[in-house]
Amino acid sequence: MSQETDLTHLETPELLEKIQDDLYDGLAVEVVAGVRELLRRGMSPYDSLTQGLVAGMDVVGVDFRDGILFVPEVLMAAKAMKAGMEILRPLLVETGAPQIGTMVIGTVKGDIHDIGKNLVGMMMEGAGFKVVNLGVNNDVTKFMAAIEEHKPDILGMSALLTTTMPYMGIVIKALKEAGIRDQLIVLVGGAPLNAAFAEEIEADAYCRDAAIAVVTAKQLMAIKRGEVAL
Amino acid sequence: MDRQAWLRILDEAGGVLLADGAMGTMLFDSGLEFGEAPERWNLEHPDRVGAVHAGYLAAGSQVLLTNTFGANRFRLTMHGLEDRVAELNRAGVETLHAAVAAAGRPALVAGDIGPSGSLLTPLGDLEFGDAVAGFAEQAGALVAAGVDLLWIETMSDLDEIRAALEGVRQVAPEIAVVTTMSFDTHGRTMMGVKPEDAVQALHSWGATAVGGNCGNGPEEVIQVVQKMRAVAPETVLVAKGNAGMPELVKGRACYHATPENMADYLRRAVEAGAAVVGACCGSTPEHVRAMADALNEIREQRLLAPAEDPA
Repeated sequence: MSQETDLTHLETPELLEKIQDDLYDGLAVEVVAGVRELLRRGMSPYDSLTQGLVAGMDVVGVDFRDGILFVPEVLMAAKAMKAGMEILRPLLVETGAPQIGTMVIGTVKGDIHDIGKNLVGMMMEGAGFKVVNLGVNNDVTKFMAAIEEHKPDILGMSALLTTTMPYMGIVIKALKEAGIRDQLIVLVGGAPLNAAFAEEIEADAYCRDAAIAVVTAKQLMAIKRGEVAL
Repeated sequence: MDRQAWLRILDEAGGVLLADGAMGTMLFDSGLEFGEAPERWNLEHPDRVGAVHAGYLAAGSQVLLTNTFGANRFRLTMHGLEDRVAELNRAGVETLHAAVAAAGRPALVAGDIGPSGSLLTPLGDLEFGDAVAGFAEQAGALVAAGVDLLWIETMSDLDEIRAALEGVRQVAPEIAVVTTMSFDTHGRTMMGVKPEDAVQALHSWGATAVGGNCGNGPEEVIQVVQKMRAVAPETVLVAKGNAGMPELVKGRACYHATPENMADYLRRAVEAGAAVVGACCGSTPEHVRAMADALNEIREQRLLAPAEDPA
C-alpha cells in the first residue's frame, strides 16, 4: 500500500502533524493508519493520544470557537478521533496510562434536545476524557445512579428550553443533599443559559459551546487535581 | 395558494406583508411547561392557542403560522405522540382558521413546519428519504386541513430543508412555500450555512420566499436579508427575528426589545429588502402592533394604499 509506505517515510513530528491534519479533515481511515504507525514506532499509547489526537482536536476546538469550523466539520473530526481512540483505548488501559478524567453527561428531565450535548460529549472524548452519555430526559434518579456507577470527575447537564433548565438546579441540590457536590465539577450548557444562571444554581461553570466546555473541563480538572493554584 | 397567487397578494399589500410574532414563548406565558409538546395544546387548549392568534390578528398580522412547529413524527416521537401527526396538525390549522374567521378580516394561514430535531446521515442517524417521508406526512396533514401556504422555519441544515421541501412537493406540487433558516452562529447557521448560499439553493429548489428567523435578535436577521439581497435581488425575502437577545432573570428567559425597538427593526428590514416581516421568540402582539404602525407609515410614505386599520 502506497499510503503506508508514505507514512513510514515521514519523520515522527511530520507524522504527528499529518494525523492532526487528517483529524481536522475528518478522515477516519487516515487517522487510524497514522495512529497505528505511531504505535509501530514504539510511541506509547498515552503519547499517541495526547500528541496526535488530542493536539489535533485542540485545533478543531479553537477553529469551532472562532467560527472557522461548524458543526458538520466538528462531528466528522470527532468521528475520526473516535476511530483512533478505538485502537488506543484498550492499550491505554493495558499500559495503565494516566486517566484524563470521566464525564457523565445528559439532557435534563422534560427536555429532549441532544445535538449540542452530543457534540460536547464527542469533543470531550476528543480531549481524551471517558464520556458516559445518558441521553435525554434524565431525572435526578438517573443522574445519581450514573454518578454512583461511573464515579465521574465531571457532571455535564444540558437543556435547550427555558422551562427545563431550572431542573439543573434540582439536580445540583440533590448532589448537595447526598454530600457529593464537592467531589464533582458541574458544567452546564444549552442555548438559553448564561453564566449568571450557572452561578444562580451553583454550577461550577456555564459553557457556551462544546469547545469552551473542553477548555473549561481541563482547567477545572487541573485545579481539582491541585496542578494549578486557585 | 400557488406562487402566482402569493405574488399577487404580496403586490396588493404594497410589496410588504406583516407576519405574526412568537407562539412558543406566548404559550409558556399561558402555562405551558416542562418540555411539554406545544402542539398538544391544539387539542387540549385550543382556546389558549387561538387567543395568541387573535392577539396577532388584532395587531395587524397578515400572515400567521399554525401552532405546528414540532408536529412532525420525529419530534412527536420524543413525546410519544408520533401516531397523532395528522390530528395535531389538523387541529392546529382549524384553530388558526377559527381565529381568522372571528377576526373578520383576511389573513393568510401558513402551515408551520419546523426541523426534525435530528441530524441527517452521515453526521446523524436520520436517512434523507425518511426525513422526506416525515415532512411529507406533516405537510399532507396541513394541506388537507386547508392552509394557504406552508412555512418551513428555524432550519440549520440545507439537506434537511431540502428534504422538507421535497416532502411538501410530494403532497402539494404548487403550493407557496416560505423557507427560513436560523443564522445564529457567527453569521451562519449552526451547520455552517451562509445566507448567500441558502438563498441561492432554496430559490433553485423552488422556495417561494426565503429568509431568516429566530436567532440573536433583529440586527442579525437584517444582516441576513442584506446578504441575501446582494446575491438574489429577485427573491422574495423574509425576516422574522426574535425580540432581542434573551436574558435570564431569576431562571426565566426575558426578551428586552421594546415595541419601539421592533418598529425600528421592521423599518430597517423593509429598507434592507424584506417583503415579509414578522417576529419570533419573545415577541408579543404589542410588538407586532408597533410593527404594523411602522409598516403603515412606510406604506403611506410610499404613497400606497395603507393597510386596513387594525382597530
